[in-house]
Amino acid sequence: MALTLNARVPPLTLLRRLAIETPFLIFVVALPFVARGERLDIAGLSLSVEGLWGAWNIFVKATLGAAAMMLLASTTPITSILHGLQKLRVPSVIVAIAGFMIRYADVIASEMRRMKVGRQSRGYEPRVLWQARALASSAGTLFIRSYERGERVHLAMMSRGYSGTMPELAEVDASPTDWLTAFLVPAVAAMICVLAWL
Amino acid sequence: MNALEVSGLAFAYPDGLQALFGVDLTVARGERVALLGPNGAGKTTLVLHLNGVLTAGAGSVHVGGLELNKANLKEIRKRVAIVFQDPDDQLFMPTVREDVAFGPANLGIRGAELDARIHDALAAVGMTEHVHRPPHHLSYGQRRRVAVATVLAMHPEILVMDEPTSNLDPAAKRELADILKGLDLTMLMVTHDMPYALELCERAVVMNEGTIAGDGPTREMLADEPLMRANRLELPYGFDPSFSP
Repeated sequence: MALTLNARVPPLTLLRRLAIETPFLIFVVALPFVARGERLDIAGLSLSVEGLWGAWNIFVKATLGAAAMMLLASTTPITSILHGLQKLRVPSVIVAIAGFMIRYADVIASEMRRMKVGRQSRGYEPRVLWQARALASSAGTLFIRSYERGERVHLAMMSRGYSGTMPELAEVDASPTDWLTAFLVPAVAAMICVLAWL
Repeated sequence: MNALEVSGLAFAYPDGLQALFGVDLTVARGERVALLGPNGAGKTTLVLHLNGVLTAGAGSVHVGGLELNKANLKEIRKRVAIVFQDPDDQLFMPTVREDVAFGPANLGIRGAELDARIHDALAAVGMTEHVHRPPHHLSYGQRRRVAVATVLAMHPEILVMDEPTSNLDPAAKRELADILKGLDLTMLMVTHDMPYALELCERAVVMNEGTIAGDGPTREMLADEPLMRANRLELPYGFDPSFSP
């Protein structure tokens, strides 16, 4: 909570983004009804104690995890996240793949948009379900186009001396204070854990 | 010594399509040459041979006297810089800075020298203030300029550009022309833009069907009507090369 306040992310935005965990929560709500074991009567409903605990666990973990992710995503520029991953010794291939994905998400999305406009301009405006066919063939075309772009990007990389490994370019150095701040949150979490144990 | 010497270059794609039928081309140091020709003439194929991305079936390429072969590929790629047609293909890193750093870093340059190169390259194209932005947040013209910077940072001897003006609005074209005129480099520019070729390049080479069809001063080539017609080249409406500055 303190972190949320500190991050200055509008709470409404955060809540809206947290909606992504709704599908999991539906499953969670079902859990006390279907789980076995000792049962408890609450307001005329027979609920499983084990199921309730399970539901509570999943709910708390999912919400905390998702909230932490949202906070990171909404306060930290993507490039800083990538640099951070590099700094934390995540394999460079993974960092590179994540980087490419972010770089080309826009390009591919706009290609998709153009194809849709192309379909519509030629009078193709069926209802949702019938769009499936055109969508499927467009997906194929999009895949080919992206693949060809990948080849061109590879050419461009080779032309600038790429020989199989990405050069390390992280320019950010983490100061001791940065490390300390970063470890603060897990440390607090660990402390709560230990206190609960005692 | 010539900056670039191509002789007897022939190439067929793996599917059997022959794109080059013995190309001979010599470019002197400091020259700016326009490479003209219709679509499918083999211009881009030729360009991809100049730094060894494609390997010729026959013939040879020399850059600054050094023959292109597997052993000195790295040195050749340092000398020959290619700016591709779509800047989205050329800018693949998360920020402008890293994109400009990519080439020199592959050459093993690090630290202050790397920073200096990044700064100089971006300054040469007037993009220093955008150094930390992601490329997809830039305008098309800005991306094209950063694409030029990414290869300038490698300190090349020859700058090869594949249709540098495609998709640029007139103002962005003008800005790019001013930048290119200020560079002290040997240049080979593939283009369909005849006035641009005349403005920037003293010499023009016409390519068609995988061979060189004409070679001479740009103004004369553009004024040579039979040559132009025979090679599917056309001047824009109202443009007369003999009356332009």
